[in-house]
Amino acid sequence: MFARRTDLSLERDAQDRFLPWLVAFMVFLAVLAFALAIAVHQVAGRWDKGASGTLTVQLPAAEKGDDARLAVVLALLRETPGVISAEPLAEEDLAALVEPWIGRAVVGDIPMPRLIDVRTDPNAKPDVDLLRARIAAAVPGAAVDDHRAWLGRLLALLRAVEATALAVLGFVLAVTVGTVIFTTRTGLSIHHEAIEVMHLIGARDSYIARQFAARALALGLKGGAIGLALAIPALAAIGILFGRESGGILPEVTFSLMHWVAIGLLPVLVALTAMGTARVTVHASLARML
Amino acid sequence: MTTAADPGIVRFESVGLRYGLGPEVLRDVTFALAEGSFHFLTGESGAGKSSLLKLLYLALKPTRGVMTLFGRDVASVSRAALPALRRQVGVVFQEYRLLPHLSAFDNVALPLRIAGARESEIARNVAELLAWVGLKDQMKARPSTLSGGQQQRVAIARAVIGRPKLLLADEPTGNVDDRMALRLMHLFEELNRLGTTVVVATHNIALVERLGHVRLHLDGGQLSTDTPGSAASRAAAGESPRPMGKAAREWILKGVS
Repeated sequence: MFARRTDLSLERDAQDRFLPWLVAFMVFLAVLAFALAIAVHQVAGRWDKGASGTLTVQLPAAEKGDDARLAVVLALLRETPGVISAEPLAEEDLAALVEPWIGRAVVGDIPMPRLIDVRTDPNAKPDVDLLRARIAAAVPGAAVDDHRAWLGRLLALLRAVEATALAVLGFVLAVTVGTVIFTTRTGLSIHHEAIEVMHLIGARDSYIARQFAARALALGLKGGAIGLALAIPALAAIGILFGRESGGILPEVTFSLMHWVAIGLLPVLVALTAMGTARVTVHASLARML
Repeated sequence: MTTAADPGIVRFESVGLRYGLGPEVLRDVTFALAEGSFHFLTGESGAGKSSLLKLLYLALKPTRGVMTLFGRDVASVSRAALPALRRQVGVVFQEYRLLPHLSAFDNVALPLRIAGARESEIARNVAELLAWVGLKDQMKARPSTLSGGQQQRVAIARAVIGRPKLLLADEPTGNVDDRMALRLMHLFEELNRLGTTVVVATHNIALVERLGHVRLHLDGGQLSTDTPGSAASRAAAGESPRPMGKAAREWILKGVS
C-alpha cells in the first residue's frame, strides 16, 4: 500500500516533513499522560480499597506501662462483629515512625499515644460511629480514625489528575487533526494543477484522497514510532526515580500487559487519526471543485 | 445532422458560457458531432476555442443552453458521475499538462491506474502505445528531459490509452514543425478511422485546408460550420503516418467498438 510512490509525488513535499516530529512529540506526551492516568488510577483505587478495610484507634499518651486501657479497648474491638483483627502498634515501631519527623533525641522523652491498627471486613463493616462512642466511653480521649476525611480529599485530587491526563490525550488528538488539516490543504494547493489534470482524466476524489491519506498514515506511523521510542525510556526513568525516592510513601504501580498494549496502540491511534483527517480534508476540499 | 433520437456524441443547443460575472465568451453555440466524425475547430485567439473544449472535456459546465455528451444532459450529471464520463473523453492539452514528477511511462499509465486496471495489463498496453508514438526508448524519461514534440506524443498516448470515444486536441500543432504537424494529423485520422470522434482546435489554416475536414469556426464567441476543400486535397497530403502496430490497432479497435 505504501510501497508504490504516489502519482502526485507527495513523498517529495516539504510542507509536511515536520509532521513526524510533531506527531512524535504528541505521542510522547500522550504516552506519559496515559501512563500517569493508569498510575494515578491504580494508586487511587488501592488507597480507596485499602483504607476502606482499616481503622486506627488512638489512645492519648499516658504513663509508661499503662496497659490496662489498651487491654480494655482491644477486648472491646475484638468482640465487635466485622473486626478481623486489632493489633496494638509496638512502642518501638511508633518511635521509629515518628523519628524521621521529630528526631531521635526527642523521641524517648515525650509521651507517646498508643495506636491500634484495626482491620475490618470490607463486606461487613462495623458501625464506626457506634464503635467510636463505645470506645470513648471506655477510655476518655480515645479517638477512632477511619481515614475517610483526608482520603476523600486525596482521592478527589487524584481523580482530577487522572482527568487532566486523559484531557492531554484529547489535546494531542486535536493538535494532530489541526496540523494534518493544515498540511493537507497546503498539499492540495501545491498539487492543484496535477489534481485538476487527474480529475480531467477521470480520477475520483477517493483516488486522490487515498494518496494523501496514505502519506499522512506513513508520516504518522513514523512519528508515532519515534515518540514511543522516546517515551518508553522516559517512563522507565520516572519509574526508577519514584521507586527510589518515594520510600514507600507511594504504593508501587505495575503495568499489566493490557496497559502496555494500550500504550503501544497510542501511536497507531494518532497515525490513524492523521490518515482519517487527511482523507476527510481532501474530500471536503475537492467537493468544491467541478 | 443528428436527429433527436440519435443524439450523437455531442450536441449543443444555444449554449452560452461566461466566467463569473464577465461577458459571455460563448454565445448561442449550436452544433452536433456525429459518432466517428472529424472536425477542426478554428478561430482567432480569444474567440473561445479553449472554452468550447473545456466544455467538451467537462472542466466547465454551460451557463445556459443544453449540452449533451454521449446522450446525457451534462447539467443533470452529478459530480459523482463525472469521472465515468470523463474517462470516455481523451484530451491532448495545449501545454500537454504532463505530471512533471512522473516518467513518460507513468504519465501514460495514469488513466489506466485511475480506472483501476491491473499493473500487468498496464505494463503491456503502455509499452505498446509508447512504441507506437516512437518513444520506446524514453519510457523512463521525465517530461522535463523530453523535447516539446516528444512531450506532445506522451500527451497523445495518455489521451488515447483509455480508448476514448471522443478525442480532443487543443493546438496540437502549435509547437511542432509542419512535417511533425502533418504526421500528428495523420495519426489523429487513423484513430478517427478506427471509430474515435475527433475534434482538433488549431490556428494552422493551411493544414485545415489541406486535410479538408468539417470546420467549426468560432468568431467572437459564436460558432459557424463550413466544409472547405474536398477529400481530393487529402490525396495530395505528403508523408504517410507511422504505421500502427497490429496489436495497438486491434486493442484500440476493441476499445471503441
